Amino acid sequence: MAETITDAQLVARCRAGDQAAWNELVERFSRYVYAIAVQGFRLQGHDAEDVFQEVFARVYEHLDRLRSDEAIRPWIAQLTRRLCIDRLRAGGRETPSELEETAGVDERLAALDDALTVRAGLDAVGEPCREILDRFFCQDESYRAIGDALALPAGTIASRISRCLTKLRSELEGRS
Amino acid sequence: MINYDEQRIGELLRLLPAVPEGWVRAAQELPQARAELAAIVARAEEDAVFRAKVVADLEAALEAEGIDPIPSVVAALRVRLDQA
Repeated sequence: MAETITDAQLVARCRAGDQAAWNELVERFSRYVYAIAVQGFRLQGHDAEDVFQEVFARVYEHLDRLRSDEAIRPWIAQLTRRLCIDRLRAGGRETPSELEETAGVDERLAALDDALTVRAGLDAVGEPCREILDRFFCQDESYRAIGDALALPAGTIASRISRCLTKLRSELEGRS
Repeated sequence: MINYDEQRIGELLRLLPAVPEGWVRAAQELPQARAELAAIVARAEEDAVFRAKVVADLEAALEAEGIDPIPSVVAALRVRLDQA
Protein backbone atom coordinates (compact mmCIF):
# COMPACT_ATOMS: atom_id res chain seq x y z
CA MET A 1 0.00 0.00 0.00
CA ALA A 2 1.18 3.51 -0.75
CA GLU A 3 1.70 5.83 2.18
CA THR A 4 -0.72 8.74 2.02
CA ILE A 5 -1.14 11.55 4.48
CA THR A 6 -4.57 12.60 5.70
CA ASP A 7 -6.37 15.68 4.47
CA ALA A 8 -5.83 17.31 7.86
CA GLN A 9 -2.08 16.66 7.77
CA LEU A 10 -1.93 18.02 4.25
CA VAL A 11 -3.76 21.22 5.21
CA ALA A 12 -1.46 21.75 8.19
CA ARG A 13 1.59 21.44 5.96
CA CYS A 14 0.13 23.82 3.39
CA ARG A 15 -0.57 26.36 6.09
CA ALA A 16 3.08 26.11 7.10
CA GLY A 17 4.09 27.11 3.56
CA ASP A 18 5.13 23.68 2.30
CA GLN A 19 5.05 23.92 -1.51
CA ALA A 20 5.15 20.13 -1.96
CA ALA A 21 2.09 19.83 0.26
CA TRP A 22 0.28 22.47 -1.78
CA ASN A 23 1.12 20.56 -4.96
CA GLU A 24 -0.32 17.42 -3.37
CA LEU A 25 -3.46 19.21 -2.20
CA VAL A 26 -4.13 20.54 -5.71
CA GLU A 27 -3.45 17.09 -7.16
CA ARG A 28 -5.73 15.40 -4.62
CA PHE A 29 -8.74 17.65 -5.22
CA SER A 30 -8.27 18.75 -8.84
CA ARG A 31 -10.43 16.02 -10.40
CA TYR A 32 -13.14 16.62 -7.82
CA VAL A 33 -13.31 20.37 -8.47
CA TYR A 34 -13.20 19.82 -12.22
CA ALA A 35 -15.96 17.22 -12.10
CA ILE A 36 -18.23 19.41 -9.96
CA ALA A 37 -17.88 22.25 -12.47
CA VAL A 38 -18.20 20.18 -15.62
CA GLN A 39 -20.49 17.32 -14.62
CA GLY A 40 -22.34 18.86 -11.69
CA PHE A 41 -23.03 22.26 -13.24
CA ARG A 42 -22.32 21.61 -16.91
CA LEU A 43 -19.80 24.43 -17.20
CA GLN A 44 -17.59 24.32 -20.26
CA GLY A 45 -14.36 25.80 -21.60
CA HIS A 46 -13.24 29.06 -20.04
CA ASP A 47 -16.08 29.08 -17.52
CA ALA A 48 -14.93 25.75 -16.10
CA GLU A 49 -11.28 26.78 -16.14
CA ASP A 50 -11.95 30.12 -14.44
CA VAL A 51 -13.96 28.43 -11.70
CA PHE A 52 -11.26 25.76 -11.28
CA GLN A 53 -8.50 28.35 -10.83
CA GLU A 54 -10.65 30.57 -8.63
CA VAL A 55 -11.42 27.68 -6.28
CA PHE A 56 -7.75 26.98 -5.68
CA ALA A 57 -6.91 30.68 -5.42
CA ARG A 58 -9.50 31.04 -2.64
CA VAL A 59 -8.40 27.87 -0.93
CA TYR A 60 -4.84 29.19 -0.90
CA GLU A 61 -5.87 32.61 0.36
CA HIS A 62 -8.30 31.44 3.03
CA LEU A 63 -6.74 28.23 4.28
CA ASP A 64 -6.16 29.84 7.66
CA ARG A 65 -9.90 30.46 8.04
CA LEU A 66 -10.75 26.76 7.89
CA ARG A 67 -12.21 25.85 11.29
CA SER A 68 -11.16 22.23 11.10
CA ASP A 69 -8.36 20.91 8.92
CA GLU A 70 -10.40 17.77 8.33
CA ALA A 71 -13.17 19.85 6.76
CA ILE A 72 -11.15 20.73 3.67
CA ARG A 73 -13.13 18.39 1.44
CA PRO A 74 -16.66 19.69 2.17
CA TRP A 75 -15.28 23.21 2.17
CA ILE A 76 -13.82 22.80 -1.31
CA ALA A 77 -17.06 21.21 -2.51
CA GLN A 78 -19.15 24.07 -1.14
CA LEU A 79 -16.77 26.69 -2.52
CA THR A 80 -16.81 25.10 -5.97
CA ARG A 81 -20.59 24.84 -5.92
CA ARG A 82 -20.98 28.50 -4.94
CA LEU A 83 -18.55 29.71 -7.62
CA CYS A 84 -20.31 27.61 -10.28
CA ILE A 85 -23.66 29.11 -9.33
CA ASP A 86 -22.15 32.61 -9.38
CA ARG A 87 -20.78 31.91 -12.85
CA LEU A 88 -24.13 30.69 -14.14
CA ARG A 89 -25.91 33.62 -12.57
CA ALA A 90 -23.43 36.09 -14.08
CA GLY A 91 -24.08 34.56 -17.47
CA GLY A 92 -27.82 34.93 -16.97
CA ARG A 93 -28.31 31.30 -17.88
CA GLU A 94 -30.21 29.97 -14.91
CA THR A 95 -31.06 31.13 -11.44
CA PRO A 96 -29.56 29.03 -8.65
CA SER A 97 -32.97 27.80 -7.46
CA GLU A 98 -33.99 26.73 -10.95
CA LEU A 99 -30.67 25.05 -11.44
CA GLU A 100 -30.75 23.07 -8.21
CA GLU A 101 -34.39 22.07 -8.50
CA THR A 102 -34.36 20.94 -12.10
CA ALA A 103 -30.95 19.65 -12.94
CA GLY A 104 -30.40 16.96 -10.28
CA VAL A 105 -27.29 18.71 -9.06
CA ASP A 106 -27.47 17.24 -5.56
CA GLU A 107 -27.53 13.68 -6.88
CA ARG A 108 -24.60 14.30 -9.19
CA LEU A 109 -22.55 15.96 -6.45
CA ALA A 110 -23.26 13.08 -4.05
CA ALA A 111 -21.97 10.63 -6.64
CA LEU A 112 -18.86 12.76 -7.13
CA ASP A 113 -18.28 12.72 -3.40
CA ASP A 114 -18.39 8.92 -3.46
CA ALA A 115 -16.08 8.99 -6.46
CA LEU A 116 -13.53 11.05 -4.54
CA THR A 117 -13.59 8.47 -1.75
CA VAL A 118 -12.86 5.75 -4.31
CA ARG A 119 -10.12 7.89 -5.82
CA ALA A 120 -8.51 8.29 -2.41
CA GLY A 121 -8.63 4.52 -2.05
CA LEU A 122 -6.96 4.17 -5.42
CA ASP A 123 -4.15 6.47 -4.32
CA ALA A 124 -3.72 4.38 -1.18
CA VAL A 125 -3.56 1.11 -3.16
CA GLY A 126 -0.62 2.55 -5.09
CA GLU A 127 1.18 1.29 -8.19
CA PRO A 128 0.78 -0.57 -10.46
CA CYS A 129 -2.96 -0.82 -9.73
CA ARG A 130 -3.36 2.92 -9.58
CA GLU A 131 -2.07 3.39 -13.11
CA ILE A 132 -3.83 0.36 -14.57
CA LEU A 133 -7.24 1.31 -13.19
CA ASP A 134 -6.76 4.99 -14.02
CA ARG A 135 -5.87 4.18 -17.61
CA PHE A 136 -8.80 1.81 -18.02
CA PHE A 137 -11.59 3.66 -16.23
CA CYS A 138 -10.56 7.33 -16.28
CA GLN A 139 -8.67 7.54 -19.57
CA ASP A 140 -10.78 4.91 -21.31
CA GLU A 141 -7.74 3.14 -22.77
CA SER A 142 -7.98 -0.29 -24.40
CA TYR A 143 -6.28 -3.41 -23.05
CA ARG A 144 -3.80 -3.13 -25.91
CA ALA A 145 -2.96 0.53 -25.14
CA ILE A 146 -2.49 -0.23 -21.45
CA GLY A 147 -0.35 -3.25 -22.26
CA ASP A 148 1.82 -1.21 -24.63
CA ALA A 149 2.24 1.61 -22.10
CA LEU A 150 3.16 -0.70 -19.23
CA ALA A 151 5.08 -3.27 -21.28
CA LEU A 152 2.63 -6.02 -20.34
CA PRO A 153 0.92 -8.60 -22.57
CA ALA A 154 -2.52 -7.26 -23.57
CA GLY A 155 -4.01 -10.64 -22.68
CA THR A 156 -3.12 -10.18 -19.02
CA ILE A 157 -4.66 -6.72 -18.60
CA ALA A 158 -8.22 -7.90 -17.95
CA SER A 159 -7.11 -10.18 -15.12
CA ARG A 160 -4.89 -7.45 -13.68
CA ILE A 161 -7.81 -5.01 -13.73
CA SER A 162 -9.93 -7.58 -11.93
CA ARG A 163 -7.27 -8.21 -9.29
CA CYS A 164 -6.72 -4.48 -8.81
CA LEU A 165 -10.45 -3.89 -8.38
CA THR A 166 -10.54 -6.57 -5.70
CA LYS A 167 -7.59 -4.92 -3.98
CA LEU A 168 -9.24 -1.51 -4.19
CA ARG A 169 -12.50 -2.91 -2.88
CA SER A 170 -10.66 -4.33 0.15
CA GLU A 171 -9.00 -0.98 0.74
CA LEU A 172 -12.35 0.83 0.59
CA GLU A 173 -14.06 -1.65 2.88
CA GLY A 174 -11.27 -1.13 5.37
CA ARG A 175 -12.16 2.54 5.45
CA SER A 176 -15.91 2.20 5.97
CA MET B 1 -22.14 4.20 2.71
CA ILE B 2 -20.96 3.31 -0.77
CA ASN B 3 -21.84 -0.03 -2.37
CA TYR B 4 -18.32 -1.19 -3.10
CA ASP B 5 -18.92 -3.87 -5.70
CA GLU B 6 -16.44 -3.82 -8.57
CA GLN B 7 -18.92 -2.54 -11.12
CA ARG B 8 -19.85 0.43 -8.94
CA ILE B 9 -16.19 1.14 -8.20
CA GLY B 10 -15.53 1.29 -11.94
CA GLU B 11 -18.48 3.61 -12.49
CA LEU B 12 -17.27 5.94 -9.75
CA LEU B 13 -13.72 5.99 -11.10
CA ARG B 14 -15.09 7.06 -14.47
CA LEU B 15 -16.75 10.07 -12.83
CA LEU B 16 -13.40 11.70 -12.10
CA PRO B 17 -11.52 12.00 -15.41
CA ALA B 18 -8.18 13.76 -15.71
CA VAL B 19 -8.17 17.56 -15.62
CA PRO B 20 -7.10 19.32 -18.85
CA GLU B 21 -3.36 19.71 -19.17
CA GLY B 22 -1.96 22.84 -17.60
CA TRP B 23 -4.81 23.54 -15.19
CA VAL B 24 -3.29 21.63 -12.29
CA ARG B 25 0.16 23.10 -12.85
CA ALA B 26 -1.27 26.63 -12.91
CA ALA B 27 -3.02 26.03 -9.59
CA GLN B 28 0.14 24.52 -8.10
CA GLU B 29 2.09 27.61 -9.12
CA LEU B 30 -0.28 29.91 -7.22
CA PRO B 31 2.07 30.43 -4.25
CA GLN B 32 4.84 31.53 -6.57
CA ALA B 33 2.46 33.73 -8.54
CA ARG B 34 1.25 35.38 -5.33
CA ALA B 35 4.86 36.10 -4.34
CA GLU B 36 5.47 37.66 -7.75
CA LEU B 37 2.32 39.76 -7.35
CA ALA B 38 3.65 41.02 -4.03
CA ALA B 39 6.84 42.08 -5.81
CA ILE B 40 4.85 43.95 -8.47
CA VAL B 41 2.80 45.75 -5.83
CA ALA B 42 5.91 46.67 -3.87
CA ARG B 43 7.50 48.09 -7.00
CA ALA B 44 4.30 49.98 -7.85
CA GLU B 45 4.33 51.56 -4.40
CA GLU B 46 7.82 52.90 -4.99
CA ASP B 47 7.54 53.85 -8.67
CA ALA B 48 4.58 56.01 -9.74
CA VAL B 49 5.26 55.59 -13.44
CA PHE B 50 5.33 51.82 -13.11
CA ARG B 51 2.15 51.93 -11.03
CA ALA B 52 0.33 53.97 -13.71
CA LYS B 53 1.42 51.48 -16.34
CA VAL B 54 0.22 48.53 -14.28
CA VAL B 55 -3.12 50.14 -13.41
CA ALA B 56 -3.70 51.04 -17.08
CA ASP B 57 -3.45 47.43 -18.20
CA LEU B 58 -3.25 44.78 -15.51
CA GLU B 59 -3.15 41.85 -17.91
CA ALA B 60 -0.29 43.30 -19.95
CA ALA B 61 1.64 44.12 -16.79
CA LEU B 62 1.33 40.55 -15.57
CA GLU B 63 2.36 39.12 -18.91
CA ALA B 64 5.37 41.42 -18.98
CA GLU B 65 6.42 39.92 -15.64
CA GLY B 66 5.94 36.39 -16.96
CA ILE B 67 2.74 35.71 -15.02
CA ASP B 68 -0.27 34.11 -16.69
CA PRO B 69 -3.06 36.74 -16.37
CA ILE B 70 -5.85 34.34 -15.41
CA PRO B 71 -8.90 36.12 -13.92
CA SER B 72 -8.19 35.16 -10.29
CA VAL B 73 -4.63 36.51 -10.50
CA VAL B 74 -5.76 39.73 -12.19
CA ALA B 75 -8.42 40.21 -9.52
CA ALA B 76 -5.87 39.59 -6.77
CA LEU B 77 -3.52 42.19 -8.27
CA ARG B 78 -6.36 44.71 -8.53
CA VAL B 79 -7.27 44.22 -4.88
CA ARG B 80 -3.67 44.53 -3.75
CA LEU B 81 -3.12 47.71 -5.76
CA ASP B 82 -6.31 49.20 -4.34
CA GLN B 83 -5.08 48.42 -0.84
CA ALA B 84 -1.54 49.69 -1.46
